[in-house]
Amino acid sequence: MIDFSTLTLTDVSRNFGRRRALARVSLAAAAGETIALLGPNGAGKSTLLSIAATLIAPSSGEVRYGDHDARTAGGALRGRIGLLGHDLYLYPELSAAENLRFFAKVYRLDGVERRVDEALDRAGLTTRRDDQVAGFSRGMRQRLALERALLHAPRLVLLDEPFTGLDDAATHALRRRLAGLREAGCIVLVTTHDLETIDGLIDRAVMLQQGKLVTIADGAGSLRERYRRSL
Amino acid sequence: MRFVETVWLVTRKDLLIEARSKEILYTTLFFAVSCVLVFAFGFVREGRPLGDAAAGILWIAIAFSGTLALGRAFERERQSETLRALMMSPIDRPALYVGKLCGVLILLAAVELIVVPLVGLMFQAPLFAHPVLMIGLLLTGTVGFAAVGTLFAAMLVRARSRDVLLPVLLYPITIPVIIAGVRGTAALLQAEVDEPMARAWLSMLVFFDVVFVTLALWTFEPVMTE
Repeated sequence: MIDFSTLTLTDVSRNFGRRRALARVSLAAAAGETIALLGPNGAGKSTLLSIAATLIAPSSGEVRYGDHDARTAGGALRGRIGLLGHDLYLYPELSAAENLRFFAKVYRLDGVERRVDEALDRAGLTTRRDDQVAGFSRGMRQRLALERALLHAPRLVLLDEPFTGLDDAATHALRRRLAGLREAGCIVLVTTHDLETIDGLIDRAVMLQQGKLVTIADGAGSLRERYRRSL
Repeated sequence: MRFVETVWLVTRKDLLIEARSKEILYTTLFFAVSCVLVFAFGFVREGRPLGDAAAGILWIAIAFSGTLALGRAFERERQSETLRALMMSPIDRPALYVGKLCGVLILLAAVELIVVPLVGLMFQAPLFAHPVLMIGLLLTGTVGFAAVGTLFAAMLVRARSRDVLLPVLLYPITIPVIIAGVRGTAALLQAEVDEPMARAWLSMLVFFDVVFVTLALWTFEPVMTE
Protein backbone atom coordinates (compact mmCIF):
# COMPACT_ATOMS: atom_id res chain seq x y z
CA MET A 1 0.00 0.00 0.00
CA ILE A 2 1.24 3.47 -0.90
CA ASP A 3 1.82 5.91 1.94
CA PHE A 4 3.22 9.39 2.12
CA SER A 5 3.95 11.97 4.79
CA THR A 6 3.91 15.18 2.77
CA LEU A 7 1.72 16.92 0.24
CA THR A 8 3.47 19.42 -1.99
CA LEU A 9 1.85 21.67 -4.56
CA THR A 10 4.31 23.59 -6.70
CA ASP A 11 3.17 26.45 -8.96
CA VAL A 12 -0.19 24.81 -9.55
CA SER A 13 -2.45 26.66 -11.97
CA ARG A 14 -5.82 25.64 -13.32
CA ASN A 15 -7.79 27.25 -16.11
CA PHE A 16 -11.41 26.61 -17.03
CA GLY A 17 -11.59 27.92 -20.58
CA ARG A 18 -10.37 31.52 -20.38
CA ARG A 19 -11.02 31.79 -16.65
CA ARG A 20 -8.06 31.16 -14.37
CA ALA A 21 -9.28 29.47 -11.18
CA LEU A 22 -5.84 28.98 -9.64
CA ALA A 23 -2.67 30.95 -10.38
CA ARG A 24 0.70 29.45 -9.45
CA VAL A 25 -0.36 28.12 -6.07
CA SER A 26 2.37 26.54 -3.95
CA LEU A 27 1.61 24.82 -0.67
CA ALA A 28 3.37 22.20 1.45
CA ALA A 29 1.79 20.19 4.24
CA ALA A 30 3.22 17.46 6.48
CA ALA A 31 1.66 14.53 8.29
CA GLY A 32 -0.16 15.64 11.44
CA GLU A 33 -0.77 19.12 10.08
CA THR A 34 -4.18 20.72 9.75
CA ILE A 35 -4.42 23.64 7.35
CA ALA A 36 -7.43 25.89 6.91
CA LEU A 37 -8.02 27.00 3.34
CA LEU A 38 -10.00 30.23 3.54
CA GLY A 39 -11.27 32.73 1.03
CA PRO A 40 -14.39 34.30 -0.43
CA ASN A 41 -16.83 32.36 -2.63
CA GLY A 42 -15.36 31.51 -6.02
CA ALA A 43 -11.78 32.03 -4.86
CA GLY A 44 -10.72 28.55 -6.05
CA LYS A 45 -10.83 26.59 -2.77
CA SER A 46 -12.91 23.70 -4.12
CA THR A 47 -10.78 23.59 -7.27
CA LEU A 48 -7.66 23.28 -5.15
CA LEU A 49 -9.22 20.47 -3.12
CA SER A 50 -10.30 18.69 -6.32
CA ILE A 51 -6.74 18.88 -7.64
CA ALA A 52 -5.34 17.54 -4.36
CA ALA A 53 -7.98 14.78 -4.55
CA THR A 54 -6.71 13.84 -8.07
CA LEU A 55 -10.17 14.52 -9.48
CA ILE A 56 -8.92 17.22 -11.81
CA ALA A 57 -5.47 17.70 -13.24
CA PRO A 58 -3.68 21.04 -12.93
CA SER A 59 -3.22 23.01 -16.15
CA SER A 60 0.39 23.53 -15.06
CA GLY A 61 2.49 22.88 -12.00
CA GLU A 62 3.02 19.75 -9.97
CA VAL A 63 1.30 17.96 -7.10
CA ARG A 64 3.33 15.39 -5.20
CA TYR A 65 2.25 13.03 -2.45
CA GLY A 66 5.55 12.20 -0.77
CA ASP A 67 7.53 10.59 -3.60
CA HIS A 68 4.46 9.84 -5.68
CA ASP A 69 2.35 11.71 -8.20
CA ALA A 70 -1.24 11.07 -9.18
CA ARG A 71 -0.50 9.96 -12.74
CA THR A 72 1.89 7.14 -11.87
CA ALA A 73 0.47 6.04 -8.49
CA GLY A 74 -3.15 5.86 -9.71
CA GLY A 75 -5.63 3.81 -7.70
CA ALA A 76 -3.22 2.98 -4.87
CA LEU A 77 -2.75 6.68 -4.19
CA ARG A 78 -6.47 7.47 -4.48
CA GLY A 79 -7.04 4.84 -1.79
CA ARG A 80 -5.11 7.04 0.67
CA ILE A 81 -7.16 10.18 0.05
CA GLY A 82 -10.51 11.01 1.65
CA LEU A 83 -12.70 13.84 0.37
CA LEU A 84 -15.82 15.36 1.84
CA GLY A 85 -17.19 17.65 -0.85
CA HIS A 86 -20.00 20.18 -1.16
CA ASP A 87 -22.10 17.32 -2.52
CA LEU A 88 -22.09 14.50 -0.06
CA TYR A 89 -21.34 11.54 -2.35
CA LEU A 90 -24.09 9.38 -0.85
CA TYR A 91 -26.77 7.36 -2.61
CA PRO A 92 -30.13 8.63 -1.30
CA GLU A 93 -31.94 5.38 -2.19
CA LEU A 94 -29.55 3.29 -0.08
CA SER A 95 -29.59 3.11 3.71
CA ALA A 96 -26.82 4.58 5.85
CA ALA A 97 -25.33 1.11 6.41
CA GLU A 98 -25.62 0.16 2.72
CA ASN A 99 -23.81 3.35 1.66
CA LEU A 100 -20.94 2.70 4.06
CA ARG A 101 -20.83 -1.01 3.18
CA PHE A 102 -20.68 -0.23 -0.54
CA PHE A 103 -17.81 2.22 -0.15
CA ALA A 104 -15.97 -0.09 2.29
CA LYS A 105 -16.06 -2.79 -0.39
CA VAL A 106 -15.07 -0.33 -3.12
CA TYR A 107 -11.99 0.50 -0.99
CA ARG A 108 -11.41 -3.24 -0.39
CA LEU A 109 -11.34 -2.83 3.38
CA ASP A 110 -11.22 -5.80 5.71
CA GLY A 111 -13.70 -6.20 8.57
CA VAL A 112 -16.39 -4.37 6.62
CA GLU A 113 -19.24 -4.89 9.11
CA ARG A 114 -17.12 -3.81 12.08
CA ARG A 115 -16.02 -0.65 10.28
CA VAL A 116 -19.59 0.12 9.25
CA ASP A 117 -20.83 -0.31 12.83
CA GLU A 118 -18.05 1.92 14.19
CA ALA A 119 -18.67 4.59 11.58
CA LEU A 120 -22.40 4.60 12.25
CA ASP A 121 -21.70 4.90 15.97
CA ARG A 122 -19.38 7.88 15.42
CA ALA A 123 -21.99 9.51 13.17
CA GLY A 124 -24.66 8.93 15.84
CA LEU A 125 -26.75 7.03 13.30
CA THR A 126 -26.76 3.53 14.76
CA THR A 127 -30.53 3.60 15.32
CA ARG A 128 -31.10 4.88 11.76
CA ARG A 129 -28.67 2.46 10.09
CA ASP A 130 -31.32 0.80 7.90
CA ASP A 131 -33.16 3.99 6.94
CA GLN A 132 -32.72 5.40 3.45
CA VAL A 133 -30.46 8.44 3.30
CA ALA A 134 -33.17 10.28 1.32
CA GLY A 135 -35.09 10.66 4.60
CA PHE A 136 -32.15 12.15 6.54
CA SER A 137 -31.75 15.80 7.50
CA ARG A 138 -28.81 17.78 6.07
CA GLY A 139 -26.90 17.41 9.32
CA MET A 140 -27.38 13.65 9.45
CA ARG A 141 -26.25 13.34 5.84
CA GLN A 142 -23.23 15.52 6.57
CA ARG A 143 -22.22 13.29 9.51
CA LEU A 144 -22.65 10.16 7.42
CA ALA A 145 -20.73 11.69 4.50
CA LEU A 146 -17.84 12.54 6.82
CA GLU A 147 -17.68 8.95 8.03
CA ARG A 148 -17.83 7.75 4.43
CA ALA A 149 -14.88 9.98 3.55
CA LEU A 150 -12.86 8.70 6.53
CA LEU A 151 -13.93 5.04 6.36
CA HIS A 152 -10.67 3.90 4.77
CA ALA A 153 -8.43 5.83 7.21
CA PRO A 154 -6.94 8.12 4.56
CA ARG A 155 -3.60 9.85 4.99
CA LEU A 156 -4.77 12.98 3.18
CA VAL A 157 -8.15 14.30 4.36
CA LEU A 158 -9.81 17.02 2.29
CA LEU A 159 -12.87 18.62 3.86
CA ASP A 160 -14.94 21.16 1.95
CA GLU A 161 -17.21 23.07 4.36
CA PRO A 162 -17.53 20.16 6.81
CA PHE A 163 -19.54 22.15 9.39
CA THR A 164 -22.45 22.84 7.01
CA GLY A 165 -25.78 21.83 8.52
CA LEU A 166 -24.35 20.52 11.79
CA ASP A 167 -25.98 21.29 15.15
CA ASP A 168 -23.91 22.19 18.22
CA ALA A 169 -23.42 18.60 19.37
CA ALA A 170 -22.37 17.44 15.90
CA THR A 171 -20.04 20.46 15.56
CA HIS A 172 -18.32 19.53 18.81
CA ALA A 173 -18.07 15.91 17.65
CA LEU A 174 -16.49 17.05 14.38
CA ARG A 175 -14.00 19.24 16.25
CA ARG A 176 -13.00 16.19 18.30
CA ARG A 177 -12.75 14.15 15.10
CA LEU A 178 -10.47 16.75 13.51
CA ALA A 179 -8.23 16.75 16.58
CA GLY A 180 -8.15 12.93 16.36
CA LEU A 181 -7.12 13.09 12.69
CA ARG A 182 -4.25 15.39 13.57
CA GLU A 183 -3.08 12.99 16.30
CA ALA A 184 -3.37 10.08 13.86
CA GLY A 185 -0.88 11.82 11.55
CA CYS A 186 -3.28 12.79 8.80
CA ILE A 187 -2.68 15.73 6.52
CA VAL A 188 -5.90 17.73 6.75
CA LEU A 189 -6.94 20.51 4.39
CA VAL A 190 -10.20 22.09 5.41
CA THR A 191 -12.14 24.89 3.74
CA THR A 192 -14.67 26.77 5.81
CA HIS A 193 -16.33 30.12 6.36
CA ASP A 194 -16.99 29.12 9.96
CA LEU A 195 -13.80 30.65 11.31
CA GLU A 196 -14.77 30.72 14.99
CA THR A 197 -15.43 26.98 14.96
CA ILE A 198 -12.14 26.08 13.31
CA ASP A 199 -10.04 28.54 15.34
CA GLY A 200 -7.71 26.66 17.69
CA LEU A 201 -8.00 23.42 15.71
CA ILE A 202 -5.65 24.32 12.89
CA ASP A 203 -1.90 24.65 12.67
CA ARG A 204 -2.05 27.44 10.12
CA ALA A 205 -4.37 29.15 7.70
CA VAL A 206 -3.93 30.20 4.12
CA MET A 207 -6.27 32.21 1.96
CA LEU A 208 -7.13 32.01 -1.70
CA GLN A 209 -8.07 35.27 -3.35
CA GLN A 210 -8.78 35.37 -7.08
CA GLY A 211 -6.89 32.12 -7.48
CA LYS A 212 -3.76 33.27 -5.66
CA LEU A 213 -2.59 31.89 -2.34
CA VAL A 214 -1.92 34.28 0.54
CA THR A 215 -0.59 33.17 3.91
CA ILE A 216 -2.53 34.43 6.90
CA ALA A 217 0.08 35.60 9.36
CA ASP A 218 0.16 34.19 12.88
CA GLY A 219 -0.11 36.74 15.60
CA ALA A 220 -2.52 38.47 17.87
CA GLY A 221 -6.25 38.29 17.40
CA SER A 222 -8.73 35.66 16.43
CA LEU A 223 -8.59 33.79 13.12
CA ARG A 224 -11.40 36.00 11.78
CA GLU A 225 -9.53 39.18 12.69
CA ARG A 226 -6.35 37.92 11.04
CA TYR A 227 -8.35 36.79 8.00
CA ARG A 228 -9.94 40.24 7.67
CA ARG A 229 -6.55 41.90 7.90
CA SER A 230 -5.30 39.68 5.08
CA LEU A 231 -8.23 40.44 2.78
CA MET B 1 -10.90 -11.69 -10.01
CA ARG B 2 -10.78 -8.17 -8.52
CA PHE B 3 -12.13 -6.82 -11.78
CA VAL B 4 -15.14 -9.16 -11.68
CA GLU B 5 -15.79 -8.38 -7.99
CA THR B 6 -15.79 -4.65 -8.71
CA VAL B 7 -18.08 -5.08 -11.70
CA TRP B 8 -20.52 -7.06 -9.54
CA LEU B 9 -20.32 -4.49 -6.74
CA VAL B 10 -21.23 -1.61 -9.05
CA THR B 11 -23.92 -3.57 -10.92
CA ARG B 12 -25.47 -4.86 -7.69
CA LYS B 13 -25.58 -1.33 -6.26
CA ASP B 14 -27.28 0.00 -9.41
CA LEU B 15 -29.83 -2.83 -9.37
CA LEU B 16 -30.53 -2.32 -5.66
CA ILE B 17 -31.18 1.38 -6.24
CA GLU B 18 -33.40 0.57 -9.22
CA ALA B 19 -35.28 -2.06 -7.22
CA ARG B 20 -36.05 0.64 -4.62
CA SER B 21 -37.02 3.44 -7.03
CA LYS B 22 -38.14 1.46 -10.13
CA GLU B 23 -37.75 4.79 -11.88
CA ILE B 24 -35.75 3.71 -14.93
CA LEU B 25 -37.59 0.43 -15.43
CA TYR B 26 -41.06 1.97 -15.39
CA THR B 27 -40.23 5.00 -17.54
CA THR B 28 -38.24 2.97 -20.06
CA LEU B 29 -40.87 0.26 -20.26
CA PHE B 30 -43.71 2.76 -20.59
CA PHE B 31 -41.84 4.57 -23.35
CA ALA B 32 -41.01 1.36 -25.25
CA VAL B 33 -44.56 0.00 -25.02
CA SER B 34 -46.02 3.38 -26.10
CA CYS B 35 -43.62 3.45 -29.03
CA VAL B 36 -44.68 -0.03 -30.20
CA LEU B 37 -48.39 0.78 -29.81
CA VAL B 38 -48.14 4.06 -31.75
CA PHE B 39 -46.30 2.33 -34.59
CA ALA B 40 -48.83 -0.50 -34.52
CA PHE B 41 -51.59 2.02 -35.26
CA GLY B 42 -49.60 3.35 -38.20
CA PHE B 43 -48.23 0.18 -39.73
CA VAL B 44 -50.94 -2.41 -39.19
CA ARG B 45 -53.84 -2.08 -41.65
CA GLU B 46 -56.87 -4.36 -41.34
CA GLY B 47 -54.89 -6.72 -39.13
CA ARG B 48 -51.97 -6.98 -41.60
CA PRO B 49 -48.61 -5.38 -40.84
CA LEU B 50 -46.59 -3.65 -43.55
CA GLY B 51 -43.43 -5.35 -44.91
CA ASP B 52 -40.49 -5.52 -42.51
CA ALA B 53 -42.07 -3.07 -40.09
CA ALA B 54 -41.82 -5.39 -37.06
CA ALA B 55 -38.02 -5.64 -37.17
CA GLY B 56 -37.56 -1.88 -37.55
CA ILE B 57 -40.04 -1.02 -34.83
CA LEU B 58 -38.55 -3.53 -32.39
CA TRP B 59 -35.10 -1.97 -32.75
CA ILE B 60 -36.41 1.60 -32.68
CA ALA B 61 -38.19 0.82 -29.41
CA ILE B 62 -35.01 -0.72 -27.97
CA ALA B 63 -32.80 2.17 -29.12
CA PHE B 64 -35.13 4.95 -27.94
CA SER B 65 -35.90 3.39 -24.58
CA GLY B 66 -32.23 2.48 -24.18
CA THR B 67 -31.25 6.12 -24.60
CA LEU B 68 -33.69 7.04 -21.85
CA ALA B 69 -32.25 4.38 -19.52
CA LEU B 70 -28.66 5.42 -20.24
CA GLY B 71 -29.35 9.07 -19.46
CA ARG B 72 -31.08 8.30 -16.17
CA ALA B 73 -28.45 5.75 -15.07
CA PHE B 74 -25.81 8.47 -15.01
CA GLU B 75 -28.11 11.28 -13.91
CA ARG B 76 -28.42 9.39 -10.63
CA GLU B 77 -24.65 9.39 -10.17
CA ARG B 78 -24.56 13.11 -10.96
CA GLN B 79 -27.24 14.22 -8.52
CA SER B 80 -25.20 13.45 -5.41
CA GLU B 81 -21.88 13.52 -7.30
CA THR B 82 -21.38 9.87 -6.40
CA LEU B 83 -19.56 9.40 -9.69
CA ARG B 84 -16.81 11.63 -8.27
CA ALA B 85 -16.66 9.40 -5.19
CA LEU B 86 -16.29 6.35 -7.43
CA MET B 87 -13.67 8.08 -9.58
CA MET B 88 -11.74 8.93 -6.40
CA SER B 89 -11.78 5.37 -5.13
CA PRO B 90 -8.99 2.90 -5.93
CA ILE B 91 -11.18 0.71 -8.15
CA ASP B 92 -10.19 0.00 -11.75
CA ARG B 93 -12.04 2.51 -13.89
CA PRO B 94 -12.69 0.00 -16.68
CA ALA B 95 -14.38 -2.18 -14.03
CA LEU B 96 -16.56 0.79 -13.12
CA TYR B 97 -17.51 1.15 -16.80
CA VAL B 98 -18.34 -2.55 -17.15
CA GLY B 99 -20.35 -2.45 -13.91
CA LYS B 100 -22.47 0.45 -15.18
CA LEU B 101 -22.81 -1.28 -18.57
CA CYS B 102 -24.04 -4.51 -16.95
CA GLY B 103 -26.63 -2.57 -14.94
CA VAL B 104 -27.97 -0.93 -18.11
CA LEU B 105 -27.95 -4.26 -19.97
CA ILE B 106 -29.99 -5.99 -17.26
CA LEU B 107 -32.55 -3.17 -17.32
CA LEU B 108 -32.77 -3.30 -21.11
CA ALA B 109 -33.14 -7.09 -20.98
CA ALA B 110 -36.10 -6.63 -18.64
CA VAL B 111 -37.64 -4.14 -21.09
CA GLU B 112 -37.05 -6.51 -24.01
CA LEU B 113 -38.82 -9.31 -22.12
CA ILE B 114 -42.01 -7.26 -22.47
CA VAL B 115 -41.39 -5.44 -25.75
CA VAL B 116 -40.33 -8.42 -27.90
CA PRO B 117 -43.53 -10.46 -27.26
CA LEU B 118 -45.56 -7.27 -27.66
CA VAL B 119 -44.06 -6.60 -31.11
CA GLY B 120 -44.65 -10.27 -32.00
CA LEU B 121 -48.28 -9.93 -30.95
CA MET B 122 -49.06 -6.56 -32.54
CA PHE B 123 -47.30 -7.28 -35.84
CA GLN B 124 -48.02 -11.03 -36.00
CA ALA B 125 -44.26 -11.55 -36.25
CA PRO B 126 -42.87 -15.04 -35.51
CA LEU B 127 -40.08 -13.66 -33.34
CA PHE B 128 -39.66 -16.94 -31.47
CA ALA B 129 -39.53 -19.23 -34.51
CA HIS B 130 -35.71 -19.20 -34.33
CA PRO B 131 -35.12 -18.47 -30.66
CA VAL B 132 -31.33 -18.96 -30.60
CA LEU B 133 -30.66 -16.60 -33.49
CA MET B 134 -33.23 -14.10 -32.23
CA ILE B 135 -31.76 -14.06 -28.72
CA GLY B 136 -28.28 -13.78 -30.23
CA LEU B 137 -29.31 -10.75 -32.30
CA LEU B 138 -31.03 -9.09 -29.34
CA LEU B 139 -28.11 -9.77 -27.01
CA THR B 140 -25.33 -8.60 -29.33
CA GLY B 141 -27.34 -5.63 -30.62
CA THR B 142 -28.17 -4.46 -27.10
CA VAL B 143 -24.56 -4.89 -25.94
CA GLY B 144 -23.24 -2.87 -28.91
CA PHE B 145 -25.76 -0.07 -28.38
CA ALA B 146 -25.30 0.05 -24.59
CA ALA B 147 -21.48 -0.15 -24.79
CA VAL B 148 -21.27 3.09 -26.76
CA GLY B 149 -24.18 4.64 -24.84
CA THR B 150 -22.63 3.97 -21.42
CA LEU B 151 -19.38 5.61 -22.49
CA PHE B 152 -21.14 8.68 -23.93
CA ALA B 153 -23.54 9.00 -20.99
CA ALA B 154 -20.56 8.96 -18.61
CA MET B 155 -18.69 11.52 -20.72
CA LEU B 156 -21.69 13.85 -20.84
CA VAL B 157 -22.61 13.56 -17.17
CA ARG B 158 -21.32 17.07 -16.48
CA ALA B 159 -22.46 18.66 -19.75
CA ARG B 160 -25.30 21.14 -19.35
CA SER B 161 -27.19 19.95 -22.44
CA ARG B 162 -26.48 16.24 -21.89
CA ASP B 163 -30.09 15.17 -22.56
CA VAL B 164 -29.88 16.62 -26.08
CA LEU B 165 -26.28 15.66 -26.75
CA LEU B 166 -26.60 11.98 -25.83
CA PRO B 167 -28.91 10.95 -28.72
CA VAL B 168 -27.15 13.35 -31.11
CA LEU B 169 -23.82 11.62 -30.44
CA LEU B 170 -25.11 8.11 -29.84
CA TYR B 171 -27.33 7.43 -32.86
CA PRO B 172 -24.82 8.21 -35.63
CA ILE B 173 -22.19 5.98 -33.99
CA THR B 174 -24.59 3.11 -33.30
CA ILE B 175 -26.33 3.17 -36.70
CA PRO B 176 -24.33 0.11 -37.86
CA VAL B 177 -25.57 -1.81 -34.79
CA ILE B 178 -29.19 -0.78 -35.34
CA ILE B 179 -29.04 -1.59 -39.07
CA ALA B 180 -27.47 -5.02 -38.34
CA GLY B 181 -30.13 -5.70 -35.70
CA VAL B 182 -32.96 -4.67 -38.04
CA ARG B 183 -31.68 -6.59 -41.07
CA GLY B 184 -30.84 -9.69 -39.01
CA THR B 185 -34.29 -9.69 -37.41
CA ALA B 186 -35.98 -9.02 -40.75
CA ALA B 187 -34.15 -12.02 -42.25
CA LEU B 188 -35.77 -14.20 -39.57
CA LEU B 189 -39.24 -12.71 -40.03
CA GLN B 190 -39.62 -12.84 -43.82
CA ALA B 191 -41.83 -15.46 -45.50
CA GLU B 192 -38.82 -17.59 -46.43
CA VAL B 193 -36.50 -17.38 -43.47
CA ASP B 194 -32.94 -16.50 -44.49
CA GLU B 195 -30.87 -18.06 -41.70
CA PRO B 196 -27.45 -17.53 -43.38
CA MET B 197 -28.26 -13.82 -43.72
CA ALA B 198 -29.32 -13.62 -40.07
CA ARG B 199 -26.07 -15.35 -39.07
CA ALA B 200 -24.07 -12.91 -41.19
CA TRP B 201 -25.69 -9.94 -39.44
CA LEU B 202 -25.15 -11.65 -36.09
CA SER B 203 -21.44 -12.04 -36.88
CA MET B 204 -21.36 -8.36 -37.81
CA LEU B 205 -22.91 -7.48 -34.44
CA VAL B 206 -20.35 -9.60 -32.59
CA PHE B 207 -17.62 -7.70 -34.48
CA PHE B 208 -19.19 -4.34 -33.55
CA ASP B 209 -19.45 -5.44 -29.90
CA VAL B 210 -15.78 -6.39 -29.74
CA VAL B 211 -14.73 -3.09 -31.33
CA PHE B 212 -17.05 -0.89 -29.26
CA VAL B 213 -16.37 -2.56 -25.90
CA THR B 214 -12.61 -2.54 -26.51
CA LEU B 215 -12.64 1.14 -27.50
CA ALA B 216 -14.83 2.04 -24.52
CA LEU B 217 -12.57 0.19 -22.05
CA TRP B 218 -9.56 1.90 -23.56
CA THR B 219 -11.01 5.42 -23.52
CA PHE B 220 -13.12 5.41 -20.34
CA GLU B 221 -10.32 6.40 -17.97
CA PRO B 222 -8.91 9.31 -20.02
CA VAL B 223 -12.33 10.75 -20.91
CA MET B 224 -13.47 10.61 -17.30
CA THR B 225 -10.43 12.51 -16.01
CA GLU B 226 -11.44 16.17 -16.08
